[in-house]
Amino acid sequence: MIRRTKGQNIFEVFNYIIMVVIMFTMLYPILHVIFASLSSPYELMAHQGPLLYPLKFNMAAYAMVFKNPMIVKGYGNTLFIVIVGTCINIALTSLAAYVLSRKNFMPAKVVTVFIVFTMFFQGGLIPSYLNVRDLGLYDSLFAIILPASISVFNLIIMRTGFEAIPVSLEESAKIDGAGHFTILGRIVLPLALPTIAVIVLYYAVAHWNGWFNAMIYLNTREKFPLQLVLREILIQNDTTNMASSSGVGVGDQEVVGETIKYAVIVVATLPILFVYPFLQKYFVKGVMVGAVKG
Amino acid sequence: MKGSLATAQGYVKPSFGSRLKADFRGNYQLYIMLIPVVAYFLLFHYKPMYGAIIAFKDFNPRKGVLGSDWVGLEHFASFITDPYFGRIVGNTLIISLSTLIFGFPAPIILALLMNEIRCNLFKRTVQTLTYLPHFISLVVICGMIRDFTMDNGVITVFLSYFGFPRETMLNKPNLFVPVYVISEIWQTVGWGSIVYLAALTGIDMELYEAAELDGAGRWKQTIHITLPSIIPTIMVMLILRMGSMLNVGYEKIILLYNEAIYSTSDVISSYVYRRGLLQNDYSFSTAVGLFNSVINFLLLIAANQISKRANDSSLW
Repeated sequence: MIRRTKGQNIFEVFNYIIMVVIMFTMLYPILHVIFASLSSPYELMAHQGPLLYPLKFNMAAYAMVFKNPMIVKGYGNTLFIVIVGTCINIALTSLAAYVLSRKNFMPAKVVTVFIVFTMFFQGGLIPSYLNVRDLGLYDSLFAIILPASISVFNLIIMRTGFEAIPVSLEESAKIDGAGHFTILGRIVLPLALPTIAVIVLYYAVAHWNGWFNAMIYLNTREKFPLQLVLREILIQNDTTNMASSSGVGVGDQEVVGETIKYAVIVVATLPILFVYPFLQKYFVKGVMVGAVKG
Repeated sequence: MKGSLATAQGYVKPSFGSRLKADFRGNYQLYIMLIPVVAYFLLFHYKPMYGAIIAFKDFNPRKGVLGSDWVGLEHFASFITDPYFGRIVGNTLIISLSTLIFGFPAPIILALLMNEIRCNLFKRTVQTLTYLPHFISLVVICGMIRDFTMDNGVITVFLSYFGFPRETMLNKPNLFVPVYVISEIWQTVGWGSIVYLAALTGIDMELYEAAELDGAGRWKQTIHITLPSIIPTIMVMLILRMGSMLNVGYEKIILLYNEAIYSTSDVISSYVYRRGLLQNDYSFSTAVGLFNSVINFLLLIAANQISKRANDSSLW
């Protein structure tokens, strides 16, 4: 079939080497965190440079993380945001996608422009913040959920998915007297389930990873989602709070704090890393559809 | 549907109003479905756009958006004469341009290289691992960057084997942009390559076979077949990128910077955040934000026009 010259073979070898290096760069930071989280804090303090395995295997940091009330509560708040938020997302996005995918709906074009325009032009950070406050949502978890009800990008993907459903199915339902709500609920949604799955994942991951809106809209610490708790620990470097609430002596707090940081990263990222390989192909499908239509 | 029927029978195009009425009668359920959707966009997108008029007012929370006094372009003027104006616009451009120059070609190159891998299992493994950072939260990524680049962090120690000084990188103003851009590439290169890989699989294999017959080697095939085939995709991605030229996201900046390195890391959006939300300087920061979005919007339209003329690929 394809002839291979010497140059091609050299290229091939180089390409494989480059790919291995790239894979290592992608994976190592995560491995390093995992190894560090499983190390003994004192060994870790004394160690310099890359880690290739946990130093003196030790799970104490994890025990401390799970005993911390902020982390546990943060998990709860994040789950609330992910579940309620994604339900609202799917309800509104599928309504919009259904309407925009109807070919005989007269104002479809106007509505599309009305929606897509918001993708390219926004009021800005401060007006959005004042708006949320005016609506009385300040310090409520709904301040995070409601402003993100529809992502235009996801809407476009879903509309493309709905457009791919054969019109004949809907026509026959219409002859049987089905209205648009019935067609959406009984025909379009069940048939577009793979697309819906992609969108659910997109929204859920965005909710899971979101932190900025939580930071500006939430005031009560009990309402903080996981990422905001993480920010305190990782960015503001505040682990004393955690170590002290777990009965560690003052002198040891700084040392233990190091491993806690890593354990917290693992705990917060594990759910996603765990489901990710199984869901990867769905995620990618979404990007492809978005790319074709976007 | 009813509208078009009338056209066929009566040879008169019915008025816009009557067509709309007919559409409403037939599709009233669609209009009902649209109510929450339109309400959402009005409430959370268009209302803030309207709220942006406080950029031209002296906003006072007690008086509200309407009641506050007009000051015209005063805030824009004070932004342009602001001592930090040059710094934040400059930093925004530098960070944005370096991310564009180094970050934009990276996924294209990765996609081209991945496309050359013949072993499917290996290819899939590379894909899985390069997409991974896309799913890790920004807080965690920035936490890792901070930790790894500390004076005893793994990256700093590793680089010190090659003679780099061992000091906390994010305290050195001249290292912020490299740290930002390199980590940005790490985060986005894999996910960004998906679009190009999709475009690459769409290329007709017969083109390669024909080139093969004409004696073109792999390199020539890449230059004359592969690259031209994905140019439209590259152009669309580039237009989108142009539209956010002046839009360096505040999230990552806020998580990474500190006062010691404001001189190279403070950008327009992070300045808006600090002045607006930490110092409650609402009108001024809205003006800065508006200035930013208008320029972005114009850049997007300009890039789209240029691309339309140059090679017929455009967003709309």
